[in-house]
Amino acid sequence: MEKPDNVPTSGHAVVGHVVPFRVLATVWGLLLVLTVVTVAVAGVDLGSLNLAIALAIAILKASLVLLFFMHMRYDRPMNAIVFVSALLFFMLFVTLALLDTHAYAPEVIPGYAPALPR
Amino acid sequence: MSTATTPNDHAAASHGEHLAHHFDNAEQQFESGKLGMWIFLSTEILLFGGLFCAYSVYRSNHPEIFLYAHRFLDKPLGAINTAVLICSSFTMAWAVRCTQLGRRKALVRLLGATIALAACFLGIKYVEYRHKWREGLLWGKEFHATFERPAAPVIPPPKPAPGINPDERSLIPPAAQGPSGLARPGERRYVEEAGGPPHDVQVFFAVYFLMTGLHGIHVIAGMVLLTLILLRATRGEFGPSYFTPVDLAGLYWHLVDLIWIFLFPLLYLIR
Repeated sequence: MEKPDNVPTSGHAVVGHVVPFRVLATVWGLLLVLTVVTVAVAGVDLGSLNLAIALAIAILKASLVLLFFMHMRYDRPMNAIVFVSALLFFMLFVTLALLDTHAYAPEVIPGYAPALPR
Repeated sequence: MSTATTPNDHAAASHGEHLAHHFDNAEQQFESGKLGMWIFLSTEILLFGGLFCAYSVYRSNHPEIFLYAHRFLDKPLGAINTAVLICSSFTMAWAVRCTQLGRRKALVRLLGATIALAACFLGIKYVEYRHKWREGLLWGKEFHATFERPAAPVIPPPKPAPGINPDERSLIPPAAQGPSGLARPGERRYVEEAGGPPHDVQVFFAVYFLMTGLHGIHVIAGMVLLTLILLRATRGEFGPSYFTPVDLAGLYWHLVDLIWIFLFPLLYLIR
């Protein structure tokens, strides 16, 4: 077996991009701030907006972790395509399940489904 | 596996050793490993996706159960756990950076910090679970908590109106006794009016324990994995030319954090 001849003998990285420390620290700070915001917003009654805002902030935090901590911002697109397609299929799964259950639930649970219109 | 025996002065220069024969070069091997890890993470998304789907269906059908039962969860502990996992993600990403720059001592310390923060997370989880166990707030059949105000009786569905009404009184039940009453859609007061816990409140705890339990198992598995990586790191196996295991373990650990980022608002911060 031959050793690859283009490998440097000095200590710098052969493969991959090194995320600058400032980026990592900024993302860390943002994540903690967004956590505080999530808890704060949950203390205010905004009706149906509460769930939407909580999910929106969670998606924002998840994007930060994905792009910077998990390196997706600097990676090949294939990694992102694989992961995002899994997320899309998951969303399709939940959408269809919710549509289905809302179509049939009043017949299955007579008299006790307070959330559903009769 | 390569059998290179070239004399090397520095420990980090284990260039050829890690290159498997079916790869052209180290970069291709590294990128392939990464892609494989992302595919595994996609399967993890689908795994938890099933549980999130169950959560969505249950919560949309019975929001009163979730609204009532989530108050037994400790919000401050949940928020602290979120912060703990975020910090562990930060130390993990920093550890990968240190490996790429050849800083072995920093790598070992940061891996240790990540594992310590994970242990902290599990400790807080244990405290929460212990409280639930003592109060009897368990899943399904095991649920045996007692509430200050007893559960409201199950409201039977209204009998259909007969063809003939001999008394000529209205057979429509008063609004408060009807199954869904005449409350405005989106009205969230029925929990307080009902007084006690809603019917089938143990469903929430089944969902809670399943989701956080599976997540906890993933945290434990992550800790084992990171400990193995830590042991290899102390032996100087990782450096700028070979850091794939650290990177891939980091990807797994960030996924564990990602899932908790969604679990926390959905379980602890329900309105």
